[in-house]
Amino acid sequence: MSENVTLTIDGKDITGEKGQTIMDAALANDIYIPHLCHHPDLAPYGSCRVCTCLVNGRPQTACTFPISDGMEVENDTDTVNEMRKQIVEMLFVEGNHYCMFCEKSGNCELQALAYRFGVTTPRYPYQFPKREVDASHPNVWIDRDRCVLCARCIRASKDVDGKHAFDFAGRGPNRHISVDAADGIEHTPVDADDKAVQVCPVGSLMLKRQGYKIPIGQRKYDHEPIGTDIETGASKKQ
Amino acid sequence: MVSAKKTIHIEPVTRVEGHGKVSIQLDENNQVTQARLHIVEFRGFERFILGRPYWEVPVLVQRLCGICPVSHHLAAAKAMDLIHGVEELSPTAEKMRRLMHYGQHFQSHALHFFHLCSPDLLFGFDADVAIRNVIGVARKFPDLAVQGVMMRKYGQEVIKRTAGKKIHGTGAIPGGINKNLSTEEHDELINGFGDMPGIDQMLEWSRGALKIAKDYTLDNLDSVADFGSFDSNHLGFVKEDGAMDLYHGNLRAVDKDGNKIFDQIDYQTYTDYIQEEVRPWSYMKFPFIKSVGPKDGWYRVGPLARINVCDSIDTPEADAELKEFRKATGTACCNITMAYHWTRMIELLHSCEKIKQLLEDADLQGEELVRTGERRGEAVGLIEAPRGTLFHHYEVDENDQVTMANLIVSTTHNNVPMNRAVQKVAADHISGQAEITEGLLNHVEVAIRAYDPCLSCATHALGRMPLDVELLDASGQVVDHKRT
Repeated sequence: MSENVTLTIDGKDITGEKGQTIMDAALANDIYIPHLCHHPDLAPYGSCRVCTCLVNGRPQTACTFPISDGMEVENDTDTVNEMRKQIVEMLFVEGNHYCMFCEKSGNCELQALAYRFGVTTPRYPYQFPKREVDASHPNVWIDRDRCVLCARCIRASKDVDGKHAFDFAGRGPNRHISVDAADGIEHTPVDADDKAVQVCPVGSLMLKRQGYKIPIGQRKYDHEPIGTDIETGASKKQ
Repeated sequence: MVSAKKTIHIEPVTRVEGHGKVSIQLDENNQVTQARLHIVEFRGFERFILGRPYWEVPVLVQRLCGICPVSHHLAAAKAMDLIHGVEELSPTAEKMRRLMHYGQHFQSHALHFFHLCSPDLLFGFDADVAIRNVIGVARKFPDLAVQGVMMRKYGQEVIKRTAGKKIHGTGAIPGGINKNLSTEEHDELINGFGDMPGIDQMLEWSRGALKIAKDYTLDNLDSVADFGSFDSNHLGFVKEDGAMDLYHGNLRAVDKDGNKIFDQIDYQTYTDYIQEEVRPWSYMKFPFIKSVGPKDGWYRVGPLARINVCDSIDTPEADAELKEFRKATGTACCNITMAYHWTRMIELLHSCEKIKQLLEDADLQGEELVRTGERRGEAVGLIEAPRGTLFHHYEVDENDQVTMANLIVSTTHNNVPMNRAVQKVAADHISGQAEITEGLLNHVEVAIRAYDPCLSCATHALGRMPLDVELLDASGQVVDHKRT
């Protein structure tokens, strides 16, 4: 029998299970902690820092930090949300994100976070990195311009698909997604129905020839901000 | 010693879509020796879509323009249908796209007529610039101003219901469309909603706008017949029976007398008939009909050209207006530059009739949206955009990435004609004048505005539109400067 742990998030008492992360405990209690690299079907990673909360006054990533009795978590406060907004802005300037014609627009978690935080224009200078497209696979393509280095595809390919088709290469600003083949994604065992292809939060790893099939007005974030389904409990009913 | 030769710059040209300038050179006697329209924007879309996946192109490339993005969206989609392997769309997809396109024509023609050119027609070319603008129209003719705003809005609402949003939608996808027209959307467009009237009111207002353009032309025929006018070839789409079709057809070109230069040309072979030339003083290219050559092969496109190349119009009211236009102008092929306004309003009425016809078609509620076929590597997509024939030509590699793009936009076709119009008006109205007034310079802009040019599209930017005129002597010294 699991051991219960009691903590507060923004002053509200919640109960979780020992060993849970703050993120999992919050989700179980219909509390939305904004996130990007976290995915419920994948192991915690903690790379994007969007889920950063103040835990007993110190910044910690909710997706990796385990809960403990008496823990006080600040999540939906002006201070914390401003911090997250800056992180999202940094993610925008580090890549080449052209929402206006991106086929992921309306279904993109990064774009949706920017809308939720009210990002109108980043406060940091655009880096305009030079990144490569790999469209050699018949059904899947990588647009590295849009990658936020969340590692969802790496984790899904390794842990769920059992293929380890993706990994990081390069360091610092040159870090990028690489594939386990010298000549491009075409020579990897990646298939269109792989979990790795389904979990990309942005428009970086995509199925070919599917763009724009969902009309404007029917896309995931067209009507409600990201996280609304969690806050209303709707995500549990799906 | 300072020479008495002068150059006048009109920069930027006002009440047009985009950013351009006019230079007029005068000799010692104030006689015009050269007049040119320079397009000073540079966009580069043909280059930066290289390497992008082909299904992205209809959404990406429409960012060329905020005025007629639907035209670029659909021309690119038509090319990508073929790349995608689809020769024939489902009836629902074809009709949804046509509805989007007629909505685009309706809003664009209404915008140009009411917002951009009506101040010249209603107040006169020389009228006080303080009232010769859209605010002046709103003050003196408030009902007309409201009609202009509501008609443009209606067209935009049609686009929203077919493309997903009013500007830069995503409706057309390779092989079809991503939505049908819901019965609720259909009822709104038929009957109106909120303060927006329905299609029958739009038809009534279209007839009224057409009457203004027609009456203006006929009442002033003596003066407008020669204003910026010259003989030219004309190019446009026709259906197999020779009728006008703004969405799809074959190419027909006629000479100044209406004789066919070529007819029923499948536009996939356009490079056999049309060639482009580059000149050092403009970012725009100069297309011409190959068989006639670069010197005389230039041609006009747009409403006047479409009226000149077609045998008939397949909606009853517009067809009756076509016959009246031909009777009034007295020739098979009209070369009067200012007749663009009348012909544009005939197309406005035609577009409105088409929207009504389409709304009565149950295929718009059909469920077959997309078709697929065998991929190919190269295709051309053409459409009659509000300003004229729009060419999109692409090559796509085996990885689905674009390797070549060539766009010939409507205003590019009209490049030589607009320059001719500028030269003619400058020679007729500015030569020999001791003082160059704002009203005289507006004559030059009136001639350009007749073409409803979209200068940003033509160079594949949007600029603000103050009028800045400098009078320079031959050493480049500013001897006079006017700014509105």
